[in-house]
Amino acid sequence: MQSAAQTVFPFSAIVGQEEMKLALICAAIDPSIGGVLVFGDRGTGKSTAIRALAALLPPMRAVVGCRYACDPAEPDAWCVECRERAAGGTLKQRTIPVPVVDMPLGVTEDRVVGALDLERALSQGVKAFEPGLLARANRGFLYIDEVNLLEDHLVDLLIDVAASGENLVEREGLSLRHPARFVLIGSGNPEEGELRPQLLDRFGLSVEIKTPDQLAERVEVVKRRDEFERGKALFVGKWKKPDALLRRRIVAARKRVQDMSTPDDVLESAARLCMQLGTDGLRAELTLIRAARALASFDQAEAVAIEHLRRIAAPALRHRLRRDPLDESGSAARIERAVREALEA
Amino acid sequence: MNPPEDAARTAALFAVDPAGLGGVCLHSLVQPARHQWLEMLRDLLPPAVPVRRIPFNISDGGLLGGLDLSATLEAHRPIAQRGALAATDGGVVILCMAERLSAHTAACLNAVLDLGAVSTQREGVSICDQARLGVVAQDESMDEERVPASLLDRLAFLVDLNGFDLRTPLPLLHDRAEVEDARRLLPHVQIGNDLIEALCGTGLALGAGSLRVSLLAVRSARALAALEGRGCVSTDDAVEAARLVFAPRATRVPQPAPGEERNEGSQTETPPHAAGEDPAATPPPSAKEHGESEAGARESEAGAREQSPGPDDVILEATQAAIPGGLLTRLRGEVAARGGSGVPGRTGALRSGGRRGRPAGIQIAASRGHVRLNLMATLRAAAPWQRLRGRSAAGNGRVVIRPGDFRITRYQQRSQTLTIFAVDASGSSALHRLAEAKGAVEMLLAECYVRRDLVAVITFRGRRAELLLPPTRSLVRAKRNLAGLPGGGGTPLASAIDCAALLGSQALRRGETPLLVMLTDGRANVTLAGTGGREAAHADALQAARRLQRLRITALFIDTSPVPGAQAAAIAAAMGAKYLPLPFADARVLSHVVSAASVRSGH
Repeated sequence: MQSAAQTVFPFSAIVGQEEMKLALICAAIDPSIGGVLVFGDRGTGKSTAIRALAALLPPMRAVVGCRYACDPAEPDAWCVECRERAAGGTLKQRTIPVPVVDMPLGVTEDRVVGALDLERALSQGVKAFEPGLLARANRGFLYIDEVNLLEDHLVDLLIDVAASGENLVEREGLSLRHPARFVLIGSGNPEEGELRPQLLDRFGLSVEIKTPDQLAERVEVVKRRDEFERGKALFVGKWKKPDALLRRRIVAARKRVQDMSTPDDVLESAARLCMQLGTDGLRAELTLIRAARALASFDQAEAVAIEHLRRIAAPALRHRLRRDPLDESGSAARIERAVREALEA
Repeated sequence: MNPPEDAARTAALFAVDPAGLGGVCLHSLVQPARHQWLEMLRDLLPPAVPVRRIPFNISDGGLLGGLDLSATLEAHRPIAQRGALAATDGGVVILCMAERLSAHTAACLNAVLDLGAVSTQREGVSICDQARLGVVAQDESMDEERVPASLLDRLAFLVDLNGFDLRTPLPLLHDRAEVEDARRLLPHVQIGNDLIEALCGTGLALGAGSLRVSLLAVRSARALAALEGRGCVSTDDAVEAARLVFAPRATRVPQPAPGEERNEGSQTETPPHAAGEDPAATPPPSAKEHGESEAGARESEAGAREQSPGPDDVILEATQAAIPGGLLTRLRGEVAARGGSGVPGRTGALRSGGRRGRPAGIQIAASRGHVRLNLMATLRAAAPWQRLRGRSAAGNGRVVIRPGDFRITRYQQRSQTLTIFAVDASGSSALHRLAEAKGAVEMLLAECYVRRDLVAVITFRGRRAELLLPPTRSLVRAKRNLAGLPGGGGTPLASAIDCAALLGSQALRRGETPLLVMLTDGRANVTLAGTGGREAAHADALQAARRLQRLRITALFIDTSPVPGAQAAAIAAAMGAKYLPLPFADARVLSHVVSAASVRSGH
């Protein structure tokens, strides 16, 4: 549900949690990174950060009347209806906010995939398609809080669509497909249950967050949250400037990321790092490079450097390590060690 | 203030700001005490505030809303129905038997508490309604069932009403007029930064919950000031708020002297409730002073750092492969084979007919209970009969549906397996191979991880068995608890078997499939009553084993003694368990070890 009416906490006002913020920003710069999984302690502001990101993003152009908010500038990704519209004349455009669709727990499959339009079926006997959440999320973000509590068949479905960018509907006598390109963002608390390993790998970046144990940081979190709740408009106004600045940086980075050059030595280092950690498949390497490019663009760097790899290595790789479930020393330490060995050799 | 006064105080505070404070967890086994508290709350709340009771097993549709079927059929267009939460906007929801709340329902409730709104996407209905509310969670837990921690994290107060004298009523500290005044004053109450810092510091020092709890403490302090008619939070308010919010959640007491025995610390790590009942966990009010609590925080941080892997872990690493791999998997195969003889619908690996899981076909709705109707299938069932039912005759184009058309989706859910480890930590075992037993458990834990089982750990030494780790899916906790397990003392085998049986029967009641893994040398020398005597203890253990066997819980008995004995085998037989002597690392086993280890670490 897009809670447009609700004032959200400003992204720039979030205290600490740098890795989470960076991962979210990278995913917003380059959607092909493949989404973010935020796993961590209770009450660390996971949901807050994700909702804040949505408010931060610049609006986008969309075809008027399109149920999937197709991009007028990208005919290749148009839905069937937009193709028909375009054949019949020029498409009207409008500016809309980036959709952020919240997937509430207790959701039923028909609302996710879309289903037969009940009202029209019951009253008029017409077979029409009623788009679901996947349609609404096209070109935006799909957020699942407590992803580890979502029913398995729904999670499978989401991941499948997120990977293909297309929703295939074959139900209730309907047979159609529509674009559904979105950035999947999941959050959860590992104490409520682990996520299936095959699922983990499907997320581009993975962030682990912990409750801050520094008093000063905790105090700042509570103070800001308290201030926000006491006067939302005032608080948001106070953070308007940093938020706008951040938005401009993201917009600029989005433009730059297409042409960001990646020197061979960086590619080599990335490969070495992945080999060192024994991550399976090419997905890890690809994500690492993409995320590093997004980060370099965000930093307004000329080219991707080793430094960018180093900063994004943990979120890009930690969930792809061969897991020893009982190894408590944790993925962070292993990655750090590998980064030291692979990148500084 | 004494506990009844505190309880009365929380009622008044909660009445001032239900949505802001999230709620109250009311732990009480006796009806009258709870009733009295709720009456008091009702009297304090303004009359217009809605209060609604909801059962723990409420359906998603009932809680969040969905399609109103009868109205839909009546009107011939989809009609949405608001759920219990949206209907209680601005009010208080009383959650009955909150300890039985499923993780899923708790998560739905949490989302509503966080957003102050209900967002529903169900059955073709899409609604978003405001729902700013507070929760009273009635906790009637006696055994290991607990109110979901994620919900507790959002409730400001955990109140324990047990042990109250029922003849004396709760003291009346405030009346409705005061609460109404406080409600008006609340938005204007200020709090100084120093007090926010002091509250955060206290929360950190006591290890009391997440940042959310600190925020709740700040809000409580505000509500307290409002209740006292002050526009500014005083130090006294902050101290009282800290006591009410943090004390029942304290997981550690700031230690004046560091260098304390660490493995004791990890052993006494207690769930929130137990800590609340323990008077020692309640800190003296002076600890709330700013400087002191900050110092406490630094110390406890230092304490936490000390918990790095000790030599114990090295031993674990070296010995955890001393048991052949795939044991649990094999044992589980036996469960499936045995399925037919067990309690119907329980011991099978699959449980169908629930309302969650994978759709496994569609069936005709037999009852009118709270089933989720599959409308499409229902419509499809009705469609062919329309002409006969006079659709065309009436000429209004309406679909005619009869009760016989109703279809529901059948769901199949893999029933959760709970693996219970009962680890003998007595002197006789410890001498030989406690470390190896721990290693074996770790290895089995890894298997559980792969299958996403729940695990629970019982240990027994000295006079009786204790539940070291209630059922959890967190392997990290299981491992940590196990690593800190000290050895020594007698072998209260009978008590351990009883404890396992209790846990197993609870699991069966929840629809889970329990699996018991017992690691012991089988040399019982402590009776159920806690007295010594080898023979009596053995007889007790045999009797307990037979009790366990009646529950038909699949069990694995791993004999850890260096010379496997007849005693252990006898107990295993009485339990109906598979008996397995833990092999020493001879050449034959070594190959197992190597292959198992290589599979495990991926080299």
